[in-house]
Amino acid sequence: MIELVSEERCISCNICVKVCPTNVFDKGDDGVPVIARQSDCQTCFICEVYCPADALYVSPYAEQTVEVDERELADKGVLGSWRAIIGWGPGRTKIAAIDTTPFIDRILPPRTIRPQGVSEVVRGGS
Amino acid sequence: MSDSAERRLTADVLVIGGGPAGAWAAWSAATNGAKVVLADKGYLGSSGATAPGGTNLLYLPPDKEMRIRAVEQRMKQGGYLAEPAWIHRVLDQVYTNMELIEQWGYPFVRDENGTPMRDHLHGPEYMSIMRKVVKRAGVKVLDQSPALELLVDEFGVGGARGVSRQDDQTWEVRANAVVIATGGCAFLSNGLGCNVLTGDGYLMAGELGAELSGMEFTRRYAPAPAFGSNTRSRLLGWATYYDEHGNELQGARQGDFLAERLLKGPVYAIMNKADTPEKQALLRKSHAIFFLPYDRAGIDVFTQPFPLTLRYEGTVRGTGGIRIAGDDCSTTVGGLFAAGDAATRERITGSASGGGAFNASWAICSGTWAGKGAAAYALSHQHSAATRDLRPAGRYGLGSASASNGTASSPAVTSQELIKEIQNQVLPLSINYFRTEAGLKQALHRLDEVWKRVNGQVPGNVLEQVRARETAAMAATARWMYTAALSRKESRSGGLHVLAEYPDQDEAQQYRLLVSGLEEISVRTEQVPVSGSPVVPAAAAAASGEVQAG
Repeated sequence: MIELVSEERCISCNICVKVCPTNVFDKGDDGVPVIARQSDCQTCFICEVYCPADALYVSPYAEQTVEVDERELADKGVLGSWRAIIGWGPGRTKIAAIDTTPFIDRILPPRTIRPQGVSEVVRGGS
Repeated sequence: MSDSAERRLTADVLVIGGGPAGAWAAWSAATNGAKVVLADKGYLGSSGATAPGGTNLLYLPPDKEMRIRAVEQRMKQGGYLAEPAWIHRVLDQVYTNMELIEQWGYPFVRDENGTPMRDHLHGPEYMSIMRKVVKRAGVKVLDQSPALELLVDEFGVGGARGVSRQDDQTWEVRANAVVIATGGCAFLSNGLGCNVLTGDGYLMAGELGAELSGMEFTRRYAPAPAFGSNTRSRLLGWATYYDEHGNELQGARQGDFLAERLLKGPVYAIMNKADTPEKQALLRKSHAIFFLPYDRAGIDVFTQPFPLTLRYEGTVRGTGGIRIAGDDCSTTVGGLFAAGDAATRERITGSASGGGAFNASWAICSGTWAGKGAAAYALSHQHSAATRDLRPAGRYGLGSASASNGTASSPAVTSQELIKEIQNQVLPLSINYFRTEAGLKQALHRLDEVWKRVNGQVPGNVLEQVRARETAAMAATARWMYTAALSRKESRSGGLHVLAEYPDQDEAQQYRLLVSGLEEISVRTEQVPVSGSPVVPAAAAAASGEVQAG
């Protein structure tokens, strides 16, 4: 769930308010969005992708809130890390451009059968 | 809702939903000359199951032999409820559309021969391109604007009403054609990107008398971190499973293994089949979203055990949805079209799951066809939608003012109470995965009781109004699912409907099941249309010995 909007980093662009699919944020009186409906957060991490200021932190725990320490998250390079992996932001290479998914079948562990070209049609599976 | 909306627009085509299907539908309708409005509950670009992660596609080069083999394989896996001509149609259309999306800027990687690898899309990139393309095509986009009910007259649908949830306004869009692209229904089970998928379009279409098809094919759960949301599980192909004592368990992510084990106790996995740094790096650059929750929880998935759960995926990776009547994805309601997971995917998946590839291609193709069909329908309509004598069609979960289902006014109840009760009947493996007639009957009975109370919700503001309507949609969807499941007294290939009392596939039930109605639910059968493309006869399927559902 979303746990942090960094007041220090936030540039008050309100992009997170606009893009959140479950409408978790409200615009704040001081310009910094507030987490108004945390329990509606679906832990999809997409607000972090869109945040140009690396000001948001979505914890991996989807069904419980946790205490977070902004300083620690910043020091460990966690803030903005998902956006960096996706490759959004100036000077970055988009992950789509280096996507290895088409090649993972080449390193499949033994005895897993996957028909070529229709990788997800194994009976009952996806 | 009040009778006059605060924001009123008129268009030719209204697209409800801003995931892939809605985006392609809006682009297609606009490209075919229609004036288009797209309204999404969230944001076109981030909403839905596709946007946060990535998706594989059913995509094959135009190699006739390869495609015929793939179609034959799918026909068998799908219990012969799919149609070869429709699978071929999807293969043709998705190839064209992937060439387009590459032209629009999607940076497909190429293999050693320079061939673009167009069978996988990263969600954020894909959907941000789609947003740009849709807007460039002249579509008016209403973000954060959930539709609540359709407008109708004797000619059929004529638009919709909803709310703009961030500025507390109501809206009304009049349009002679409407494309429902609201996705499936995953019952707020916290799957990745899936909590916006609450069956809203099923209810809106159902209130206009549309039929739904394949709702019994909904026995689908996805492995996810026990603590997290990530239901993208393909990389578990590199996992070994363990119990809480560290004993290795024999099993795979597919089939009954995880469901059976999780009823006994916790299951852990370690990705130790990716046993070199090279393999690990390759996997990290494929499904990056898979690693995110574990990295953040401080778990090294290649060496440390992580706990798994199964999250219910309803019709998202099930196959049921609004019945498609025409090649243009029209429904049986005048002017109403359906695309993506809001529509049944049986025509290309049969009784098997379309999750992981087929559904993504279906969204692209059905969106393209529905948009074109809706544009043609709207542009040939003789009356402007602005002058039609339209009335709002919503009857359930819209607050007391709209409760007109003929019953005495229901006692007040909160949406949260009803959602909990719906989830109690739909999410448990013991009811919905290990399906028995007795279990489904009892659950359906309880859902019928929930249904009687959906009009007792008293929303106090716009957000509660949306939640109340979602609650009604989930209750309706669950009842359609279990009614259909009790009507299919067999287990069909693909594993999406397995009934303990009837463990075998029954050739006499090689038909589709259509449900309709809200107070009383009717069920009827539909024979699978025969097309000219190669089909393996039913007798061959029975002889193959591989049709038993897993």
